[in-house]
Amino acid sequence: MQEIRVTNYPEVLVDRPTHYCPGCQHGIAHRLVAEALTDLGVVDKTIAVSSIGCSVFLYNYLNLDTVEAPHGRAPAVATGVKRARPDAVVFTYQGDGDLASIGMAEIMHCANRGERVTVIFVNNTVYGMTGGQMAPTTLVGQKTTTCPGGRCLEREGAPIRMSEIIASLGGTAYCERVAVNTVKNVLGAKKAIRKAFQYQLDGKGFSFVEVLSTCPTNWRMTPVAANERVASEMIPYFPLGTFKDIAATEGA
Amino acid sequence: MSERVFLKGNEAIARAALAAGMRCYFGYPITPQNDIPELLSAELPKAGGEFVQAESEVAAANMLLGAAACGVRAMTTSSSPGISLMQEAISYMAGSELPGVIVNMNRGGPGLGDIGPSQGDYYQATRGGGHGDYRTLVLAPGTVQEAYDLTMLAFDLAFHYRNPVMVLGDAILGQMKEPVTPHTPARTADPEAASWCLQGAVGRPGRIIKSLFLEDGALAGQNTRLAAKYQAMEAEVRAEQFLVEDAELVVVAYGSIGRIAKSTVRKLRNAGHKVGLVRPITLFPFPSAMLRALADQGKRFLTLEHNLGQMVDDVRLAIRTVADSAFHGHLPGNLPTPNDFEAPILTALGADH
Ligand SMILES: Cc1ncc(C[n+]2csc(CCOP(=O)(O)OP(=O)(O)O)c2C)c(N)n1
Ligand code: SF4
Repeated sequence: MQEIRVTNYPEVLVDRPTHYCPGCQHGIAHRLVAEALTDLGVVDKTIAVSSIGCSVFLYNYLNLDTVEAPHGRAPAVATGVKRARPDAVVFTYQGDGDLASIGMAEIMHCANRGERVTVIFVNNTVYGMTGGQMAPTTLVGQKTTTCPGGRCLEREGAPIRMSEIIASLGGTAYCERVAVNTVKNVLGAKKAIRKAFQYQLDGKGFSFVEVLSTCPTNWRMTPVAANERVASEMIPYFPLGTFKDIAATEGA
Repeated sequence: MSERVFLKGNEAIARAALAAGMRCYFGYPITPQNDIPELLSAELPKAGGEFVQAESEVAAANMLLGAAACGVRAMTTSSSPGISLMQEAISYMAGSELPGVIVNMNRGGPGLGDIGPSQGDYYQATRGGGHGDYRTLVLAPGTVQEAYDLTMLAFDLAFHYRNPVMVLGDAILGQMKEPVTPHTPARTADPEAASWCLQGAVGRPGRIIKSLFLEDGALAGQNTRLAAKYQAMEAEVRAEQFLVEDAELVVVAYGSIGRIAKSTVRKLRNAGHKVGLVRPITLFPFPSAMLRALADQGKRFLTLEHNLGQMVDDVRLAIRTVADSAFHGHLPGNLPTPNDFEAPILTALGADH
């Protein structure tokens, strides 16, 4: 049987099966990054900083110059890269354990310095790679392997809303939270990621896109149920939208 | 060009890095090395480079990793507690084979210790310091001129071996003012890095700089490559020998302590005692062969350190099966003078005093 390709995908996206579980949305986020870099024509001047989490193998799927950062340190590594190569397009790709827990200091100060880098923050409310432990973004009541009774507000505190925090920092030029659970949201996410890179190219400052994502494996759900949970549980606590856009403010 | 200037050790390190073509500096304040970032915050931007005061030493060392991945000359400096925080990135740099210069102006420990001189970080510097099986090249200057020269050398060696290089000084060296002859090195950039560094994948597949080796046998292969590299570093062994030829006792001491011990050795020589000095300048690789040759000649050894005894292990390893080394440790928190070493040396010589 002849294979007919019904969609095209950017060349920078490597044609190979991924190691991601069925229904995992890391792959969608990868693709959106690939499309944004391709649309902007900057693939060959991009340097990626991969992080530690399920997406550590980012470099197997995106054919880019890539450096692997220690857990949580991608924004510091990206700072070093951008300072050494100011003409490069530099981005980090980080999970919520990586960015909002162990790497909290690095992300805050990278944003606050207004480093001309872009951060793609994939929030799936668990530590995926290590087997589904509680993350700083785990929702209250959500069961994980280290809060088997469900996250308890009194004991473990409230889940951290990173986009709201990043938007409050002076160096942030653009900060948006998106989801990829529906076609409409995917299109919105694509626009946001593209805009984030455009702001970097324009030298406007630090840009940040939080992508709400599924982890069917560690949520112990089918891919369909996991996708539904994004709308029913995640978006109500992590509202989608633009939290900061200096261009909008400047234009007003 | 060959005009002599008076510089503190810290200033000499900063000036040498500028002369060596350093493009990026990352640091976090800590005594006793603050002169370095203070000087560079003004001078590096003037030279077209990037100065970043990082949010922590963890971040500073990871910024160094990022700049190193781009193949540019970059440095971070700190003192003991800060160097502990840098170990994560240093381990990743060693595993990813990235060049970078790390300066440790050693202060007293453990913990917050004090801000005075100490050699308490010898083990940390020479045993890798972070997790995993790796080594950093370690250069230990004893004079301000040497701090200048070895900082320059550190950049060359970092790129030659694609490995982190540590310059290990202390609070004495950092604050001491001495005449220095500044110079311009032959090499101020590393065009060879274009074959491996990250620039954006123009007309070639993407390059990956990483320390993760999950496939079957991959990590063993990487460790084998690293081991061969550490072996090759033996070519860099440096040490100063002073009056060892006819010495009965060889004092072994490094850095500022080596320099202070030299004064003691000179004085005791004038009094007719047959004592000499070996001052290791590279701590990794260690001048084991030199010490072993001296041991084979029947000489005895005394290791002097500003700690409870760390380098003495390497001395003993070097001369094991033929000789042993006595040890005298000067405790951190107080500054040794040449007089402090007289009694221990005379005791080791078996002389009356
Ligand atoms: C210093 C350090 N601590 C812990 C780990 C173990 N570890 C690997 S990935 C990870 C968490 C990943 O979770 P997240 O960032 O949410 O990404 P995901 O896997 O969910 O995409 C942890 C804790 C590590 N690699 N390094
Ligand atoms: S464990 Fe979760 S985050 Fe990791 S690949 Fe599987 S579904 Fe995705």
